[in-house]
Order: sequence, then C-alpha cells, then structure tokens
Amino acid sequence: MEGFTLAQPRSLDDALAAGPQAGAKYIAGGTDLMQLAKDNVETPHHLIDIEGLLPDTISTATDGSLQLGALARMVEVATHADVRSSWPALSEALLLSASPQIRNMGTVGGNLLQRTRCGYFRDVGFSCNKRSPGSGCPAIPGESRGLGVLGVSDHCIATHPSDMPVALMAMDASLQLVSPGGGTRLVPFAEFYRLPGSTPEIETNLLPGELIVAVVVPRSASARRSRYVKVRDRASFEFAVVSAAVALEVTDGTVRNVRIAMGGVAPRPWRLSQVEAALQGRPATPESFQEAASLAGEGAVTTKDNAFKVKLMERAILRGLQLASA
Amino acid sequence: MVLQVNGQRVSLSLEPRTSLLDALREYAGLTGTKKGCDRGSCGACTVHIDGRRVVSCLTLAARAQGKAVTTIEGLASGDDLHPMQAAFLHHDAYQCGYCTPGQIMSAVALVQEGHAGSDAEIRENMSGNICRCGAYANIVGAIRDAAGRA
Repeated sequence: MEGFTLAQPRSLDDALAAGPQAGAKYIAGGTDLMQLAKDNVETPHHLIDIEGLLPDTISTATDGSLQLGALARMVEVATHADVRSSWPALSEALLLSASPQIRNMGTVGGNLLQRTRCGYFRDVGFSCNKRSPGSGCPAIPGESRGLGVLGVSDHCIATHPSDMPVALMAMDASLQLVSPGGGTRLVPFAEFYRLPGSTPEIETNLLPGELIVAVVVPRSASARRSRYVKVRDRASFEFAVVSAAVALEVTDGTVRNVRIAMGGVAPRPWRLSQVEAALQGRPATPESFQEAASLAGEGAVTTKDNAFKVKLMERAILRGLQLASA
Repeated sequence: MVLQVNGQRVSLSLEPRTSLLDALREYAGLTGTKKGCDRGSCGACTVHIDGRRVVSCLTLAARAQGKAVTTIEGLASGDDLHPMQAAFLHHDAYQCGYCTPGQIMSAVALVQEGHAGSDAEIRENMSGNICRCGAYANIVGAIRDAAGRA
C-alpha cells in the first residue's frame, strides 16, 4: 500500500473543503477502500476521515419516511426494529451482506459507494478500463461467470456488489447530498449510479468532493411486504451471483403495486420495469408470477460464462414474489 | 499516536497507513492477533473496538485512537481463562491454532450479540472467520457450550 496523509477534520465544512483536492478520498468504515488500497487498486494520497461529521442516526420523518444517516453502521440498520417491520428487504439485504465484523464497520454511505468490480479490476497485473481508462477489458473474453448481463458496455461488465442498494432501488429511495460549497440536493436513487458506457471509471453522479448525507426511504404498503433473495456460490460471506428485492402490495388477490430490483447482474442495482408492468393489476397467482418473471432477461447481453444468469434471474424473482405474497 | 489496548495506554510513532493489526503485532508486541489474508476476508485479525468485533487489518491504527481496543491478550484475568477460551480448550476447537484468537474474539462478541440461539445461527454469525484446518464442528460446539446451552 502506498503512503498517504490522514486528515481528521473537526467540522464538515473543513472536510468538504479538502474533498475536491487531487488524490483525496473520504474514509468512513474504510472496509472497501482499505482493501483496494492494499492491492494498489486505489492509490489515495490524502485520506479525509469523516467519522462524526455526518449523521449516523436512523429515524422516521413526520411523513413516515425512513431517514438513514450516511454514517449509520450496516449492523444498526439491519437490526433496527422499524426497518425490520416496515422495510424488511432492507434488513434482509444487509444481514446477507459481508460478515458480522464488516457489518460492524461498514456504513450506509460507504456501502452505496462500494466500487463496481471484477477479479481483473482487483488485480493490478491485468489491464482494466476502470483502473486505467482505455487499457482494455480482459473480463469480456476472459473469466466472466460472475459479471454483468444488463447495462454493460464494450468497455466494462463489472457488477455493483452491494446488497442494500438493491433493496433501496425497489423502494424508490432518494439520496441527500452535500457539496463543497455547502449546497445540498436530493437525488432519486435511480439517477445516482451511472452506466459504464465508455467511461467505466466514473460510477456515480457525485460531483467532486460531494458527500452522501442521508438516504430517504418512503414508507409504502409494498415496502412493508418486501423480501430479498440472494443466490451465492457459498452459504455466507459472499457477493451475490444474482439477487432480487421484491416489494409487493396485493389487495383482494390482485397486484396493486410491485417493485423489483436485482443485484449481481449489472453495474448498478437494476430495476425490472418490464416485469413490474406485466404484474401490475394482474392476479397474484403462480401463473402470472411465472409469466412476468420470464421477462427478466429482456435486453441481456451475455458472455459464454454468464448466460446462465438470465434463468437464475427469473427464478430469483419468482422466489421473491412467492415470499412477498406468502 | 496513542492507543488504548486491553485497558493500557500504548504510545506509538507510526505512519498513517499502518493498520491496527500491524500496530498491535509489529509495534505494540501483541502478537496474539493474527494476520491471515490482510484483506478482511479471513477474520484471523478480529479484535473488539468499543465492544464490537471488527477486522483490525482494515482498520487504520490512527483511527482507533480514543477507542477501547480489546485483543485476545485482554480476555483472561491473570491465569483465569475467559469462558470462551476454556471452552475452545475443552472442545479441542482448533488444529493448527492460527485462526483461533480471531475465532475466540468473534465468538465472544457473537454471544454478547445474542446470536448463539442455535447451531445454524452460530455458523452464520461465525461466517467472518475462516479455519483452513476445518475445525468448525468443534468451534460450534465450544461456542454452544460457552453460551451456556451445552
């Protein structure tokens, strides 16, 4: 790991002022950054410690929405009583993430900003368009079993590895951001992540030095009946091969509202609007669930190694719908 | 920098990039905490910070200042082993022993978190600790025992 300076500013303003400088990175839980820095995938020159400078609270606003402070630890959100009862897929997604040690360290903001990745990205012995733009992507013709099938480009097929954002995508969350000038903005979650296109090194629409302050998750009948399904290569402590967050509201046997997002298949949490549309207003039966789930792979671009994910997506959605409607 | 380790004040002069794991092992002389993968995957370096289990390899030592760090050396009271240490001995819950300090630190936290309700719950909540020798069956037995439901 290369050397760096570590600043521990006393105020958010001081942190924000230091944020945009070249080679600077904010550090909160540090679990992703430290790991990547040890392999020289990330080479920060200045770390800016933001512990204590942003909210770490979990609360409900007067309109009933859930407010997650950017520095709330993964374990706190996962085990919070209101989250468990009113946004269960969020709790499930976090409890199926990483290990207990990492969940004690990782924060909400950091989990959202985990780098999209593949094995080549994490090994500096290989070229990678994310690490050194224009150097090429060995993953597309190479080992791609775990990589993306939707939203991918000729430059990058890495997947976003976090689970929590998949649940948030199915709950129409938004992000509260603060920029170095002190200005704040609210960004719909669906507009936060960028697709790789020809610039896979840029993963989000965060401006230089901008920080996530909080995540706002609306309360809804579908979120209350949400579930998270994660398919992995081993029983625990593993990224998803495919995951599905399903939020479902059924009244009188009819699907009133449904939100479906998937992980492990794209460079960002992927919303399945065509599957949602096929379910809307339909009877909540195994037949209509199956029919809608079969649309999951629409538009998929697969490699020789990861074509199986299309069928797995279909099955993960089906399982999610079964659980959410049970 | 000044660390609080096992109730003792430890004063060290270290580069900002030094991990808590390296600070403990290489500079504070506390070699009980082990370095396995050094990437947060194996759990051999598990310690407690303010009572919570974390991986010390991904923790910068400088950022642990002002917090209470507990390592495997801080569990026993004199010659009296912590009940989890005693249970690991009794159940022969290791083979080579390299991962054992991390397993024990994780297991102590697991019981405090209330995750020892069943063998399945113990296994899931020990997922951050890898044992290359495969002593898992006895590790689960030791934790079940120490949690008082043997």
